[in-house]
Amino acid sequence: MTSSTRSHEPTGSATGLAPKPGFGNPDEFVPAGAMDPAGTADDEAVGFDPDSSGGRRLPEGHGDAGAGVAGVAVAPDAFAPLGPGEPDGSEGPDGPDAGRARAGGVRRSADRDAAGPGAPNATPAGRHPALALAVRSWRQLTSMRTALLLLFLLALAAVPGSLLPQRNINPMRVDQYLSSHPTFGPLLDKLSGFDVFAAPWFAAIYLLLFISLIGCLSSRIRWHIKALFTAPPKAPARPGRLPGGSAWASPLAPADATAGARAALRRRRFRASVAAAGTRRPDGSPDHSVSAEKGYLRETGNLVFHVALVGLLVAIGFGSWFGYSGTTLVVTGDSMANTIISYDQFSGGKLVDTAKLRPFSLTLNRFAAAYEPNGEPSDFRAAVSYSPDLDSPTRQATIRVNHPLVLGNAKIYLIGHGYAPHFVLRDAQRRTVWQGSVPCTPRDGMFTSTCTVKIPDTGLAPLGVRKEPQQLAFSGVFTPTTHLDPTQGYVSTFPAARAPGLTITGFVGNLHLNEGVPQNVYTVDTQDMRQLTLNGPAGTARQAQVLALNNSRQRTLTGLPGGLSLEADSVAEFATFQVKSDPFKEEALIFAVLIIAGLIVSLRVHRRRLWVRARPAPGGGSVVEIGGLSRSHGDGFAVELSQLTTLVREATGPAGGQEPAAQPELAVQPESAVGPGEPAAGGGAAAPSTTESRGTAAGGAASNASEREH
Amino acid sequence: MAVNEGIASLSDHLFGSGMAVYAAAMLGYAAEFAFSRLGTRSGAVELSAEVPAARTADDRPAVLVGAGAPADAGSSIEIDPAAAALAAARAREIEAVRQRDTVAHTLVAGNDGDIEVPASARWIGRIAVLLTVVGWALHLGSVITRGIAADRVPWGNMYEFSSMICLIAVTTFLALLTRQKVRWLGVFVMVPVVLYLGFAGTVLYVAPGPLVPALNSYWLKIHVVAAITSSGVFLISAVTTVLFLVKERWENRLADVAAGRADASRAMQSRGGIVMRLPSSAALDTLSYRIIAFAFPIWTFAIIAGAIWAESAWGRYWGWDPKETWSFITWVCYAAYLHARATAGWRGRRAAAIALVAFTALFVDYYLVNLVITGLHSYAGV
Ligand code: HEM
Repeated sequence: MTSSTRSHEPTGSATGLAPKPGFGNPDEFVPAGAMDPAGTADDEAVGFDPDSSGGRRLPEGHGDAGAGVAGVAVAPDAFAPLGPGEPDGSEGPDGPDAGRARAGGVRRSADRDAAGPGAPNATPAGRHPALALAVRSWRQLTSMRTALLLLFLLALAAVPGSLLPQRNINPMRVDQYLSSHPTFGPLLDKLSGFDVFAAPWFAAIYLLLFISLIGCLSSRIRWHIKALFTAPPKAPARPGRLPGGSAWASPLAPADATAGARAALRRRRFRASVAAAGTRRPDGSPDHSVSAEKGYLRETGNLVFHVALVGLLVAIGFGSWFGYSGTTLVVTGDSMANTIISYDQFSGGKLVDTAKLRPFSLTLNRFAAAYEPNGEPSDFRAAVSYSPDLDSPTRQATIRVNHPLVLGNAKIYLIGHGYAPHFVLRDAQRRTVWQGSVPCTPRDGMFTSTCTVKIPDTGLAPLGVRKEPQQLAFSGVFTPTTHLDPTQGYVSTFPAARAPGLTITGFVGNLHLNEGVPQNVYTVDTQDMRQLTLNGPAGTARQAQVLALNNSRQRTLTGLPGGLSLEADSVAEFATFQVKSDPFKEEALIFAVLIIAGLIVSLRVHRRRLWVRARPAPGGGSVVEIGGLSRSHGDGFAVELSQLTTLVREATGPAGGQEPAAQPELAVQPESAVGPGEPAAGGGAAAPSTTESRGTAAGGAASNASEREH
Repeated sequence: MAVNEGIASLSDHLFGSGMAVYAAAMLGYAAEFAFSRLGTRSGAVELSAEVPAARTADDRPAVLVGAGAPADAGSSIEIDPAAAALAAARAREIEAVRQRDTVAHTLVAGNDGDIEVPASARWIGRIAVLLTVVGWALHLGSVITRGIAADRVPWGNMYEFSSMICLIAVTTFLALLTRQKVRWLGVFVMVPVVLYLGFAGTVLYVAPGPLVPALNSYWLKIHVVAAITSSGVFLISAVTTVLFLVKERWENRLADVAAGRADASRAMQSRGGIVMRLPSSAALDTLSYRIIAFAFPIWTFAIIAGAIWAESAWGRYWGWDPKETWSFITWVCYAAYLHARATAGWRGRRAAAIALVAFTALFVDYYLVNLVITGLHSYAGV
């Protein structure tokens, strides 16, 4: 046979109907339906519908395997699922379905899905129309096609979430956007454009997806369990006609041949079962067949993946209901406790009991930052002592970026730092009236920071008939490494506190504190205040002074009302901590791991089915046929099939070359561990050399392999 | 840690020479293509004479099946008219396939398996592979020396990401070459790789420097390696997917020609040579699927590793930051592709379109998010 002939073998062998050159009489291979009406029924029982793969559109399928791109021939739909419900394909409507599934040629699980698990396509007569509609909608919803559309919608719905500013990420940018888009902005806001991931329409998509997933999973799990506990589907009428199938004459009686085949397949860890003794084929002849299957793990992995996906969603949902997060600022030497009032910012899930937060407490002992010479940060460490619970002993720890302190479900992260100058207010007698550390807000990478000092209790008598209090406020700019820039004034040139300085202005008057209106601690409302002139290092009666915190003679402001003086005597560092608690984090992680494990298994393991059928031969012994299918593993399966064929041949016939006389209808193929019509000229194709076998897998198209190499 | 300037410039030189060698390899693959196309012309005549004869015998039964089965069924008992119609449609399809098949062989001398590749062209192809390996070694050297120069893992900014993605893409191609005959893929891989490296080496280039502390994490390394690996592999799948679409279109046109719905255009006959050299669309589809099925779990892992890193860095494992959002979109699109391949009516062209959408999302994730949309991740730097 010439190579070109083989390479052009058309879709025939995939249909199982093409004449097979290696067999004596091509006419033997007339359509199954014509010759053996029962055959069709049997094929359906196989579930793989071998027949329909002939619907493949692309004639090149075979020829190309020679080009080394594997896996085309056996199953163009190589990656289709084992359709749910197929194992027992006993439900009727397969015929038309198979025809419908044009492209891949095999009736798709999608169609099956749509048809509903284990249920016939048509709604049984007599069902109430409303119920029928409900059933139909449910099937529609749980079909893979719907899942596909919903997946798409979900991806699409996430897009605006990345293009528009989002409140949960950056509320300030949302406000900016709203003020710069006065007409469009509010409209987008109404459509949840700034809270996409909390939007009702976003939730609707993923909830539908997960309902669909759960619906689809529940039936798939049932089928799979059933498949795990029942025998593989019955053998088709002529397994030898499946792509890569073959036949030979065996001296053994059919029953012995099948027993031998079964044993051989079991040794290769196939689940194999022989048709029960006494079983009859539809035409009345005894059924001597073995059906075998392997690779159930594929579906298991796939189910694990999808179940874990649901699990992950549940864990995420619970985490957001029962979790909380808060940020707090702690100056070196100070402490915080895990109560809602210690937080500058707190957000809790809907089901968090804020009165019952885990009662840990923490003291910041020391904060150390290290910088590159150019001022870029290289390391931050917050040394803390903490007690994980109310009465537990105090322990020490260091919190760094990326290295949070873990306390049960809560984690304490270091998210920021800055400087807090320490101020002392003294009266004319140099007695301390007030003192405190005031955290300043960093403004740039060199830690130029904005400071606001508010002193409500100054000891000064209220003024006038309205008894206006005389409270003090100062606002200033802190510069850790102070440098006088000719144009910009005092700036910071390095983030460490090498030469801490404070440019400061002062006010006196009513701060309106304690009036019940919450105030921002970082800004002063100077409406009812008067600016002070200050005496200090920069001279007398200035509006602004510059204090050098490291120099005890250059860090005091005088000239305040009532003879008060304010000294900035030191600077401490503060750290900002974020406390996050997500009690379902572990579960989420476990499901994530299961997702990957399930995915790898389901994409790597291949499910394959194998059938052996023996018929009594006229002159004694039997004719044994073998064939198999794998939807997901075209080329690899062909290699495996050829090896298995060798094994089964050895198990059903005399070893070595003494072949019994060829049956008239079936030419015995001496070498034939390979596909049909693959004579010895196939070049020792029985040897599982990948390229060769791949070629043969393609229905005998390896011939051209030698013309192209790489 | 100071940057070692000498090694840094060595890295840049290796990068440049790797790119040049890749470009030479690209020309080699292209030349092999061009020469074997010339070869086709001469081989075409004899093959086309032989092929149809061999085919007809094979084909007839297949046609008979399609046409015969419904007739049979009809003659037996009552038959569902829908089923009959479907069977008839199927018969027509088989007929179309047969014709198309015949035409494919008569019109343009069959598939690439039949093409006589002149020995000289084959040698050029082999040299191109050799050049690819040399370029790959230089490229690898550039990545390693970059890491040594900066004294850290060499994937800390967009230049480095891009270089690594190309390295993975070329590695994937070379790995495929050891298992399958995919030299025809060479030119289609090398063109995007060379362009991509050019883009990386000019627009995205930054001198090596230290990592900012937030990036200096164990999980980051794992996350980035997984993301880069899957992206490099996805790049190859995008190439094969595009080739699939081209080939599919070509096959459909052939079918039209076969059915008499269209004439073979001149362009078809002259340009067909290149398309013809490609494997069948079915083979390209399978190849693309395999590559995506290989990369998808790695991408999934990259996202999960990223979430673990985000959890340890920011205290939440998922926050819909733009980078996270686009990784998610990419993931969902590739999942949709896997589903599409298992859904009737969506396989083939539509699934391929989804794969390209997914790849576009991946591209947005890497470049538009970093360069245009800003998020927490943007300090990864250009
Ligand atoms: C977020 C949602 C989902 C994701 C990410 C997802 C992902 C996947 C993946 C990766 C596969 C493997 C494909 C393959 O083996 O080739 C798969 C298969 C499958 N999925 Fe999903 N899925 C999702 C939702 C659903 C839903 C809602 C359904 C059902 C209605 C579904 C039904 C199926 C089926 C039947 C298969 C088997 C296909 C096959 O083995 O080829 N999936 N899914």
